Amino acid sequence: MTDRTPESPASRRAFLQSLGVAAGAALPVAGTVAAPAPSRPDTSSTIAPGPAYLTAEEMRFVEAAVATLIPADELGPGALEAGVADYIDRQLASPWGVHARHYRQGPWGEGAPQQGYQLPLTPQQLYRAAIAETNRDCLRHRGRGFDALDRAAREEVLTALEADAIALEAVPARTFFSMLWENTIEGFFADPRYGGNRDKIGWRLIGFPGVAAAYGGLLERHNEPYRVSPVSIDDVRARLVPTDAHGHPKHVPEPPSRETSR
Amino acid sequence: MSALRRPPVDVVTVGVGLTGSILGLELAEAGLSVVGLERGEARSTHPDFELPGIHDELRYAVRHELAQDLSRETLTFRNAMQQTALPMRALGSFLPGEGLGGAAVHWNGQTWRFLPWDFETRSQARERYGAAALAADCTSQDWGVRYADLERHFDRFERVYGIGGKAGNLRGVRQTGGNPFEGARSAEYPNPATPESHAGALFTRAAAELGFHPFPIPSANMTRAYTNPYGASLGPCVYCGYCERFGCEMDAKASPQTTVLPRLLAHPRYELRTGANVVRVNLDPDGKHARGVTYLDARGREVEQPARLVLLTSYVFSNVRLLLLSGIGRPYDPVANHGVVGRNYAYQCSAGVTAFFEDKVFNPFMGAGALGRAIDDFNGDNFDHAGLGFVGGGYIACDSNGARPIQSLAVPDGTPGWGSGWKRAVARYYTRSLGIRCHGSVQSYRTNYLDLDPTYRDASGLPLLRMTFDYHDNERRQVAFLAGKCVDIARAMRPSALSLPGPRGHYSIVPYQSTHNTGGAVMGADPTTSVVNPYLQSWDVPNVFVIGASAFPQNAGYNPTGTVGALSYWAADAIVRRYLPAPGPLA
Repeated sequence: MTDRTPESPASRRAFLQSLGVAAGAALPVAGTVAAPAPSRPDTSSTIAPGPAYLTAEEMRFVEAAVATLIPADELGPGALEAGVADYIDRQLASPWGVHARHYRQGPWGEGAPQQGYQLPLTPQQLYRAAIAETNRDCLRHRGRGFDALDRAAREEVLTALEADAIALEAVPARTFFSMLWENTIEGFFADPRYGGNRDKIGWRLIGFPGVAAAYGGLLERHNEPYRVSPVSIDDVRARLVPTDAHGHPKHVPEPPSRETSR
Repeated sequence: MSALRRPPVDVVTVGVGLTGSILGLELAEAGLSVVGLERGEARSTHPDFELPGIHDELRYAVRHELAQDLSRETLTFRNAMQQTALPMRALGSFLPGEGLGGAAVHWNGQTWRFLPWDFETRSQARERYGAAALAADCTSQDWGVRYADLERHFDRFERVYGIGGKAGNLRGVRQTGGNPFEGARSAEYPNPATPESHAGALFTRAAAELGFHPFPIPSANMTRAYTNPYGASLGPCVYCGYCERFGCEMDAKASPQTTVLPRLLAHPRYELRTGANVVRVNLDPDGKHARGVTYLDARGREVEQPARLVLLTSYVFSNVRLLLLSGIGRPYDPVANHGVVGRNYAYQCSAGVTAFFEDKVFNPFMGAGALGRAIDDFNGDNFDHAGLGFVGGGYIACDSNGARPIQSLAVPDGTPGWGSGWKRAVARYYTRSLGIRCHGSVQSYRTNYLDLDPTYRDASGLPLLRMTFDYHDNERRQVAFLAGKCVDIARAMRPSALSLPGPRGHYSIVPYQSTHNTGGAVMGADPTTSVVNPYLQSWDVPNVFVIGASAFPQNAGYNPTGTVGALSYWAADAIVRRYLPAPGPLA
């Protein structure tokens, strides 16, 4: 698991083929193509080796899930290529993974939806239990674990989790799906220092500049797109971009080739 | 009783946020010795809010690093009395602050004055629409103070906080470009209005086309470099779009740190103690005089701080909870409908619409917390409510306050929830959509209140506060009406698609709505329906004042900060000019 990114799981190869694409060829995939190559080394995408919390089997589940939720497609790389599985793994190992800033005293009651999250499970416990149960359900009904399913079957399973149509014992399926989907969005769009949004794939997709420049005067230029190479926190810390006296980076226009993909 | 006893001081403030810093400085400058007790840590622009680390959406906006740590203390919540309240285990609907500066560190900066009508809701509504205008169980009331009494204190607060805007009513004379519905101001705003974004320009045009009266939202994001009356220098906003949930790297957002604390912390008669969590106000045996407070310090020791004057200057929930824990004022009993502490808890009732465009591009990441345009045509009693079935209203606005991506991914209705279809929509519409929202008032009701939870406790073993709250028909009709106006304005922009708000169900503590919790220690002229008199002084213990949005008898259709600031100066003025010369009840 020390360098799992270039090792695409078999499932990813299968779904790339289902798109009529040779894996690692036409689609930008992290470690191979990835959006325009940064002119300088991008320290923010350096990933510490090895999983932080998840087991290898759990990691394969999360990789397959995030690749289905935000797939690589004609718009470019998806959540797998952006390192979202690494992001989730690291978040699970962070204070958030044990809900360190949540109120965690009992008694525990189920409550109404308006009363919010009331499970005694931490994210660590929730992921562990729900992944095991979902995999068991996949084995029972589909003959293989979630990460070995083809893309259509994975979509069916995720749809069923979202609709609470798979009965999990430890946790409502919908709760697991919500956490997984929220974490996927976070990992795709958070600053790359958390292990996701590798090469700022998420930010490039939508045109978000990252660490803000001083925008005085630009705000009043109506209907003019502001498309720049996004800047991460570590880019600024590593002095890869010039900054003003307050530390706002000076953005540079994004290479025009990216515009055509939208 | 306490293991430790500190030397007596004249004044202790419980909490050092927006209200505690203002009261602390005004009373220190009046010659009193003041100790500020803050449960959280000290925080300041340098190093806490510096670039590049402060532009971190995950850390601050999603994981709420500047907001309250619920592992130590939260509240419990239920919609109705027959339910069992359960703890708010995660932050959601609102984000109270914790450290020095409180929630005024991570706010957006929208700084409104409530309307003259808002201070006289009950009498004005009944006078214009008859006794049945308010529902039988509605406990909204007059504040015991009028807008005219507060005007110079609004003005003072706006100068200290460097508010940028355009007056619409200067001493009764209507001003072009401002809010024509506002109460008369004695002076123009100290700073110019915010610039107009593309979204704001579209809103202005569409609202004007429909005959409404658009104007710039009053802003605590500095529209130019500014030095306030306390000599604090604030930087000019660079419209980076990281205000709400963040600290400001430019000292360009007014907060206690950027406006009041520099002078206060240097004051020879002031001492700040952080990590000091006040657990009770100590009373004389007769319960009519406070001797000071007891707090737990960072090491967990009980410390007694004697003081002649105790000011509760924390967030709404902490003010009310401390009154209940200390036995000051009679707790509210909704069944018998008597008692006052915890009565008239209120909030906001808001909704929004998103408009999507194929032929327009916005740069939604540029902006500032209070950068936007609004109309006030449907707030308060600015319009005829005859036949509408509700009282109150709200402003309608289009903000450009920084679309950080994790929390700003609007897609048209019908878009798949995930997968390639979703990805295509966010790639397409992140820069091609805008939001229009209404910000509605909430009346007070017999069944919406705060008390102590019978089951759940904080980290030191004290009962949590319990919130019982839901929307009523008045608010549901009001928000449907206001949402309809939002849709009208959005349609006038001729978007390619609209995402419409659904009908309002029960209040939920899960999605973020606003940190505009109000009431529970409300002000008024009648001690049977208020905790504090019109000077924010406890009716029961005259050397205790309770200052903040906890004093609002019901909530208006505005962000509360401007009115909280005005009440702070109003109370400070009453203490200095009336209480100190003759300590005792002021009303």
